[in-house]
Amino acid sequence: MINNEHSADRAQDVASREALLAELARVLPVEALLSADEDLKPYECDGLTAYRALPWAVALPQNEDQVVAVLKVCHARQVPVVARGAGTGLSGGATPVVQGVVLSLAKFMRILEIDPLARLARVQPGVRNLAISEAAATYCLYYAPDPSSQIACTIGGNVAENSGGVHCLKYGLTLHNVARLRVALMNGEVIEIGSHALDDPGYDLLALMIGSEGMLGVVLEVTVKLTPKPRTAQVVMASFDSVIDAGDAVAAIIAAGIIPAGLEMMDKLATAAVEDFVHAGYDLTAAAILLAESDGAAEEVAEEIATMSVLLEQNGARQLRISQSEAERLKYWAGRKAAFPAVGRITPDYMCMDGTIPRKHLSHVLTRIAELSAEFHLRCANVFHAGDGNLHPLIMFDARNPGETERAIAFGAKILELSVDVGGTITGEHGVGIEKVKQMCVQFSREELDKFHAVKAAFDPLTLLNPGKAVPYPRHCSEYRLTGSAK
Amino acid sequence: MSDGIEEFRSRILERKPLRLRGGGSKDFYGGPLQGEMLDTRGYSGIVGYEPTELVITARAGTPLAELESALATRRQVLACEPPHFGAATVGGVVAAGLSGPRRATAGSLRDYVLGVKLMDGEGRELNFGGQVMKNVAGFDVSRLIAGSLGTLGLILEVSLKVFPLPVAEATLRFELPQDRALDAMNRWAGQPVPLAATCWQDDVLTLRLCGAQAAITAACENLGGERIAEPDATSFWAALREQTTAFFAGDAPLWRLSLPSVTPPLDLPGSQLIEWGGAQRWLRGAGDVASLRETAAKAGGHATLFRGGDKNGGVFSPLPPALMEVHRRLKQSFDPYGVFNPGRLYPEL
Repeated sequence: MINNEHSADRAQDVASREALLAELARVLPVEALLSADEDLKPYECDGLTAYRALPWAVALPQNEDQVVAVLKVCHARQVPVVARGAGTGLSGGATPVVQGVVLSLAKFMRILEIDPLARLARVQPGVRNLAISEAAATYCLYYAPDPSSQIACTIGGNVAENSGGVHCLKYGLTLHNVARLRVALMNGEVIEIGSHALDDPGYDLLALMIGSEGMLGVVLEVTVKLTPKPRTAQVVMASFDSVIDAGDAVAAIIAAGIIPAGLEMMDKLATAAVEDFVHAGYDLTAAAILLAESDGAAEEVAEEIATMSVLLEQNGARQLRISQSEAERLKYWAGRKAAFPAVGRITPDYMCMDGTIPRKHLSHVLTRIAELSAEFHLRCANVFHAGDGNLHPLIMFDARNPGETERAIAFGAKILELSVDVGGTITGEHGVGIEKVKQMCVQFSREELDKFHAVKAAFDPLTLLNPGKAVPYPRHCSEYRLTGSAK
Repeated sequence: MSDGIEEFRSRILERKPLRLRGGGSKDFYGGPLQGEMLDTRGYSGIVGYEPTELVITARAGTPLAELESALATRRQVLACEPPHFGAATVGGVVAAGLSGPRRATAGSLRDYVLGVKLMDGEGRELNFGGQVMKNVAGFDVSRLIAGSLGTLGLILEVSLKVFPLPVAEATLRFELPQDRALDAMNRWAGQPVPLAATCWQDDVLTLRLCGAQAAITAACENLGGERIAEPDATSFWAALREQTTAFFAGDAPLWRLSLPSVTPPLDLPGSQLIEWGGAQRWLRGAGDVASLRETAAKAGGHATLFRGGDKNGGVFSPLPPALMEVHRRLKQSFDPYGVFNPGRLYPEL
């Protein structure tokens, strides 16, 4: 168990837990305040289970007034607050702060309004990603960003992490699909950021809020953009004898002027794990499998699939399969979307990396990962959003074996540094959270990190919202510098 | 090129107000021009272009035209179609954050910003974002810079996402009064139609389609209307992007109303031109500032005095106090000595 840090001087200033609980009890219904250890336990971590901490309390407010009241109490007492959606995040963005309050938005589950003509949905932050598309389906509209956790993850969490998905090359990230946020600042003040117009006067605070990992404000309401459902979609699955050929095929498709709706790659180890799980009929002998999807009008899809098939074959695809029905298309995707749990079945524990790299460096990066895998004696499967360069190496380990967790963490750190070395980033869509906070020192200079702290302070001058996440303090970097990696 | 950087730095470290300027194509835009001019055009050139990774990186002083020519050789474009308004530079395009006719469907300039290299008010070079499409490391400062009118720092270099040139295009024209045109634009935008841009003026709705050949052919059949010949269509959309049509000529104040696309026709004095599926409405006429702003705010949008007119009433809609406070703190952090474009966005910044 690795507890997250919290400055000792502040701890001294914080009034006793009992006093805080008493004040929270005055603003929340009894069932909306959890403080017994067994009730706090389910909140001790998010999807990043290697890091756990018990907060002082969990608040489950039911309306905006209660959120504001909780924030005001915590603000007055200088108690840290960590907002939480479904807890599916993979970087520890919702890991509790030990002497803080977890603010769960789980009760905010209402879809407030769908305006089909304006193609907007106004929803509460605890609404699940997929529930929006399900509700919009009546109007032949959907919410485009589709993280693999979309069955469970909430839109509030998506905003916090700027979540992507397998279709974001063509349809964009959360950032490109959110119009407006209603946000409570740490001092309890409620502001509107963005609007139902296409732009707003002043600085683009919406861009800052999206992907801010719960550090700038608490999202109370989200207006998302809805996209017309394509008339039809088809996916071609190609097998390659080398990942380099598969990477070249991706480049060829994009050079030909095609932006596929989805473009995903899995290596042999990932494919094997997935096939065993979903039985999608993947080619188990291939070094890499590529899924390329086209969507749109039937004629358009036929044209694009034909062009892509030629390009895939020209670049060494030795087998092509084109989905012949919607059921088959979904089956091909089911495997890719279940890649993480599938790998979870073949190893007691795994860690998911999330670097983005310029695709031209793919073969170098995968070769280096294979070398590191041998060096650290840990298996690693690779799942790749090939269109946009976002690579998910899944490091397999067994936490019960002494030292293996530490080895996995060290292996992961090497991969992140490698991503930065080739001109990429340590995180494409999962966020920095706790997990990658030290590697931020590799990607950013002291001055750049100072600016991030200043951005946080512009919204949260007392540094109470999700403190210690995403942006390292100089001491993190000096510790990390001892290992020879930080800027 | 480091000479250019050092010169910028020494100017900034004088801590006197600077008026950042590229090609000067948007001198008309925003609040008063104050401070000594700092010309970025000497710091120019495309630093990197990876067509198959859909990213181009250029120095701030690079002419937009040069960047677009480079993209054209690989049949790629900036899909948000930022206006040139003359000799626009890449830095100015990002600082102004303006988008062109395809904005409602292709996204805004900000949506295409991947990374920015910036010099802050203390002469420090800072990199935010990068050259990759998915990047959530740290707050999204590079997109904060887009549209900040140079008030947060001197943009040195930007990386932009690019897209393929559409395989096929078509332009259709319909005679429709404003209410029916607004309804049609919104309805079509909710259907899988390869809609790219819209323009309504004087009871004529012009529609641009971009996409695969098959999709364009099908859409033309389904939508009807009068097909405009390609050369005329190309010049029509270019003139709209550059605001060189008759509507934009003359000295009458030009207001830009940014509204929810479904806002019903607004009864305002002067003539109107509607773009972006109803979300951008241009108004020519010396309307009363307060009532225009109130009308826009009631509809859920805002009004900008885009060109000409009396700027004493403020160019941009005022911000609520809590938002202005956040703006003020951001400005303080990036530009503690008030060097960059003071008053260009708001008098307070």
